[in-house]
Amino acid sequence: MPIKVAYQATIEYMQILDEQGVLDADLARDTLTDDQVVMLYEHMSMCRRLDEIAFKLQRSGRLGTYPQNMGQEAIASVALAARKQDWMVPCYRENAALFLHGLPPEKILQHWMGDERGNQIPDGLNMLPMSIPIGTHMLHAAGIGWAAKLRGIDQVAFTFFGDGSTSEGDFHEACNFAGVMEAPVVFFCQNNGWAISTPRKKQTRAETFAQKGLAYGLKVRQVDGNDIFAIYKAAQEAIVDAKAGKPTLIETLTYRLGDHTTADDARRYRDSDELDAAKKKDPLIRVRKYLESKDLWSADLEDAMVERNKVKVDDIVARATNIEAPKTSDIFDAMFATTPPELARQRDTMHTHSLGQFPQQETLSNPTPHPAHA
Amino acid sequence: MTTAMIETTRQIQYREALREAMSEEMRADKRVFLLGEEVAEYNGAYKISQGMLDEFGPKRIIDSPISENGFAGLGIAAAMHGLRPIIEFMSWSFSLVAADQILNNAPKMLYMSGGQWGCPIVFRGNDGAGGQLASTHSWCVEGLFANVPGMHMAIPSCPYDAKGLLKTAIRCNDPVFFLESERMLGDKGPVPEEEYTIPFGEAILRAEGDDCTLVSFGRPVNFCIEAMVELAKEEISCDVLDMRTIRPLDIDSIVRSVKKTGRLVVVDQSWPFASPATEVITQVCERAFDYLDHQPVRVNSDDVPTPYAKELEQAYLPHKGKIIEAVKSTLGLV
Ligand SMILES: Cc1ncc(C[n+]2csc(CCOP(=O)(O)OP(=O)(O)O)c2C)c(N)n1
Ligand SMILES: [Mg+2]
Repeated sequence: MPIKVAYQATIEYMQILDEQGVLDADLARDTLTDDQVVMLYEHMSMCRRLDEIAFKLQRSGRLGTYPQNMGQEAIASVALAARKQDWMVPCYRENAALFLHGLPPEKILQHWMGDERGNQIPDGLNMLPMSIPIGTHMLHAAGIGWAAKLRGIDQVAFTFFGDGSTSEGDFHEACNFAGVMEAPVVFFCQNNGWAISTPRKKQTRAETFAQKGLAYGLKVRQVDGNDIFAIYKAAQEAIVDAKAGKPTLIETLTYRLGDHTTADDARRYRDSDELDAAKKKDPLIRVRKYLESKDLWSADLEDAMVERNKVKVDDIVARATNIEAPKTSDIFDAMFATTPPELARQRDTMHTHSLGQFPQQETLSNPTPHPAHA
Repeated sequence: MTTAMIETTRQIQYREALREAMSEEMRADKRVFLLGEEVAEYNGAYKISQGMLDEFGPKRIIDSPISENGFAGLGIAAAMHGLRPIIEFMSWSFSLVAADQILNNAPKMLYMSGGQWGCPIVFRGNDGAGGQLASTHSWCVEGLFANVPGMHMAIPSCPYDAKGLLKTAIRCNDPVFFLESERMLGDKGPVPEEEYTIPFGEAILRAEGDDCTLVSFGRPVNFCIEAMVELAKEEISCDVLDMRTIRPLDIDSIVRSVKKTGRLVVVDQSWPFASPATEVITQVCERAFDYLDHQPVRVNSDDVPTPYAKELEQAYLPHKGKIIEAVKSTLGLV
C-alpha cells in the first residue's frame, strides 16, 4: 500500500511595508488610512521616547527594573485593528498596543516604579495587568475568549508573549484550549530573537514559532513584526476568524533593540553586527520613509512632532510621579473582598500578632490590645 | 549544635561560595552537572555560575529553554539515570510552574518505587524578597515546601554556610531544596581555602546569651544578629541559633537553649500561617513546655503578598525592630 501524506502545511510570511518604506499596494488595500499611519508614527515615536526617558529614570534611581520595548513599537497596529470591546492580555513588551487601546501610559511607569496601583485598569477598558511569571497569562487569554463566548459577548482576546515564552507548557495548553473550545483568541508571539541571553535557536528547533499553532489546530501565520501594515492586516483577519471560532497564532518577526531589561547588558552576548542589521529594519524609519514618499511628512513636521512628544512624555512622567505615596496600611486593604478581622488587626498594629503570637491575646475574637499599641 | 567554623582571613562573596561549591563538586564527581536558564553563556542570571561554562563545557553547564517544569522533570529523570543534577531556578518564585515535578515527583520517587530508586538532585535558586520585584517574583517557599516529606531543605545565611551546605547537598542521595537569597549574593564573609562540608540538621550558635533564644534560618539570621547587638546594649542577652537547614530541623539544639533561657522568639521570613516558625514553636511546646517562662513569639512577614514599593516591602518583612520588640515582649518589657 502506498504511503500517503497525512498532513501538509505551509506557513505564510507577510510583509507589506518593506525596510525601505516601499508599500505593497495590493496587500495594503483596506488596511491603514494615511491619517492612521501618521497617527501611528507619532504614537510609536512617543513610545520610543518614553522608553528612553524610562531608561534614564531607572539609571537615576527613580524607576525599578524596566524592560524597554524599543524596536517592537509596530505592535501598536493591533490596537487599531482591535475593537473597543476586545481584550488585551499582555506580558511586558507591547506597551505601544496597550496605550493605543486606552491604557494611560503613566500606569506602566507607575507599575515599574513599584506600585501595584499601576496595575489598576481604568473602567471600560478590557485589559489585564502585565504578567511576570512567564507564560501564565496566555491561559487567561484563552479563558477570557472562552468566557466571552460562553456569555454570548462579542469580544476577542489578544495576547502577547515572546519567543522564549513558547517553551513554557502554559503556551501549549493555552493554544490547545483555544483550539478545542473554539475560543475567540489571537496569540501574538513577538519573536525578537532573544529571551534574555538565550538565542532563538536554543529555544526551539522548529523553523518557525508560527508552526507550533498548527499542532493545536490554530490558524497560523508569520508577519514582519516591524511592519505596521502587516500586523494590522493579520490582526484584522484574525478577528474575523476568531469570531467564527477559529483562533490564530501570529508570529511577528521583530528585534529587541534594547537590553532585556535595565538589569541586563545585551552587548555581552549579542553581536554588534546583528544589532546594526536590525537597526536598519527599525519600524519607525520605514514608516517615516513611506510617509515622506507620499509627501505626508517633512523635516518640519518631524521637528514639531518631536517637541510634542517631549511634552507628552514629560506629562506622563509627571502623572506617574505626582501621586500620593502608598501607605503601609494599603498592603492589607486589597486582600479580600471584605477585610477579615485578623487582617484588620495586622493592619492596625503592623504586627502578625493577630495570628496568636501576642502574649496577652487569648482569643482572636476579643484580643487584648498590645500595650505598645493600646 | 556547633559553634565551630574554620578560621580564615579569606573573604569571598556568597555567590562565589556557591560557585566554588559547585565547581569543586563537579571536579570531584563527573556525574554532577548544572542545568537552568541563563546558567552557561550568560554566566548565570545572577553571575553565580560565572566562568563555569569555560571550565566544564556545554555538556555540564547547560542553558535551558524557558521551561521550568521541563528542566525540573528532565533533571529528576537524569538523577534516576545515575547523574547528579543541580537545577537552578532563576528564582524559587518560578519553580511554582514546576510544582508537580518538584513536589509530587522528586520527593516521592523513592517511596513510590518501593524504595528502589531515589532522586539525588539539588534544586537551588533565589528565595525571598529580592528587593522590589513585586509579589509574584518574591516568594519565600520554605513555608510552603517544607511541608512535603521526602526532601531536605537548606537555607544558608552567609557565604561560609552557602559553600559548606551546597557541597553536602550535591553529595546527598536525596532531593535537596537549596534556598539562596538574591539580597545576600554580594555579601562577603570568611570562607577557608580548604575543603569542608556542613552536615544537614546541625544548627550553629551565632551568639550566646541567657535571656532569650532567637531562632532563625536564612537571611533573617542576620537581622537577629543586629537585634542581638542592640539588645546587648540594654543588657539583654540572647542565644542566636542559625538552623542552617529547615529539614532536617535541629530541634535538640533549640530545646537545649530554651531550657537555659526560658524564652523563644522565632524569626522566619515566610508567612505566619503553618510556617517553619510555627513548626519550631510546636515542637518546643511538645518537648520543653515546662521550661517556658513565656509563650513563644513568632516574627514573620505580614500575611499579605510581598508589596512592590520599597518602604512597604521593608515594613512587611521581619527586621531588627520587630525582633527587638518581640524579644522584649517575652521579657515583659513592652
Ligand atoms: C516562569 C518564569 N521563568 C523565568 C522568568 C524570568 N524571565 C523573565 S523574561 C524572560 C525571557 C523571556 O523571553 P521572551 O519570551 O522571548 O520575551 P522577551 O523578553 O524577549 O520579550 C525570563 C526567562 C520569569 N519571569 N518567569
Ligand atoms: Mg524574545
